[in-house]
Amino acid sequence: MCTVCGCGEGETQIEGENPHQHDHDHDHSHHHDHAHDHQHIHDYGQGPAHAHAPGMSQSRMVKIEQDILGKNNQYAQANRSRFAQQGMLVLNLVSSPGSGKTSLLTRTLETLKNEMPLSVIEGDQQTSQDADRIRATGVSAIQINTGKGCHLDAHQVGHAIDHLSPQDTSVLFIENVGNLVCPAAFDLGEAHKVAILSITEGEDKPIKYPDMFHAADLLLLNKIDLLPHLDFNVDQCIEYARKVNPGLRVLQVSATTGEGLDNWYEWIRLSRQSRLIGFSSPEKPKEPTIKAV
Amino acid sequence: MHEMSLCEGIIQILEDESDKQGFQKVKQIWLEIGALSHVEPQAMYFCFDAVKQNTLAADAKLTILDIPGTAWCMNCAKNVKIKQRYDECPHCGSVQLQVTEGEEMKIKELEVE
Repeated sequence: MCTVCGCGEGETQIEGENPHQHDHDHDHSHHHDHAHDHQHIHDYGQGPAHAHAPGMSQSRMVKIEQDILGKNNQYAQANRSRFAQQGMLVLNLVSSPGSGKTSLLTRTLETLKNEMPLSVIEGDQQTSQDADRIRATGVSAIQINTGKGCHLDAHQVGHAIDHLSPQDTSVLFIENVGNLVCPAAFDLGEAHKVAILSITEGEDKPIKYPDMFHAADLLLLNKIDLLPHLDFNVDQCIEYARKVNPGLRVLQVSATTGEGLDNWYEWIRLSRQSRLIGFSSPEKPKEPTIKAV
Repeated sequence: MHEMSLCEGIIQILEDESDKQGFQKVKQIWLEIGALSHVEPQAMYFCFDAVKQNTLAADAKLTILDIPGTAWCMNCAKNVKIKQRYDECPHCGSVQLQVTEGEEMKIKELEVE
């Protein structure tokens, strides 16, 4: 276990970080014993079958009522407040493998990189191929390899941000591990989850994997250029998605032909603008000049 | 298999609590898992057995308490039972349901020594 922050995963690797960088020499011994001369009494009187027999057993009941994801949520809150302080817009891109996430992202970066500061965190089980593809666009990117892990968690993202040092008012894209199940449960501190579903996957994905479509704020229906060649019912797909999440916005796009991408760029611009309201920094957008009539 | 990371999270919480509340061993754990949560109880039992080895919960027995899914139907203005997230209201067929219960993933109670 990592002694700096208590992280448990030994599999995760963040680019530029040694597998375990928190090691330190230990030529002194640790004493972790401390005197406990006070008594803890946490008897709530609700044992199984109310089996309380004083003197028979030392066991006792402890009510803790803790959220299993509590730890992740604490890290996510820390990330979120950092993003807010920096006036950043953070988008968590989630999809199954092969939906065209990375292609969509590289095209998006090419289009927006001269307009606003951008950076990317790439999550994959292995290889830094995706981060290499991103860096080829000139945008800074960092790869997190989750090893056997099936999702990114808020703690890994926090470490990755330390390495990436994103600019104030920038847009950070987090490309999650390709998986329609697990990433839904893990808040990373993002402003929005954006689900990407390619029409080669079948229109019933939203009801087969409802958690993900419920957690997302925007759905990008990708590879829409292939529609003439496939038996895919767009209306049915959107209907399924709205059944799971009535407020979900849907954009039909193609990362290959560029169809519909203007709407996606506009959504990013507007989301970023709304993040910048009330954020004071030298890069604050200029006040609109009001012309005298 | 995110049940594995959830179980690792449970062990971490137990370790934190053992410091705070002064216990060395966990004998039983009760979890509350909602029907609409992201957890498959069978996978949870399986992963917990794997993760608990050589921890303070090595001999702990896990019990999962199921919490049924409940939602507020905006149309009927009452609570209704649902099995999945995309279920329609069993009375009026509306999908405008606000989930009120069944998303829990909580450690409820421990028996410790």
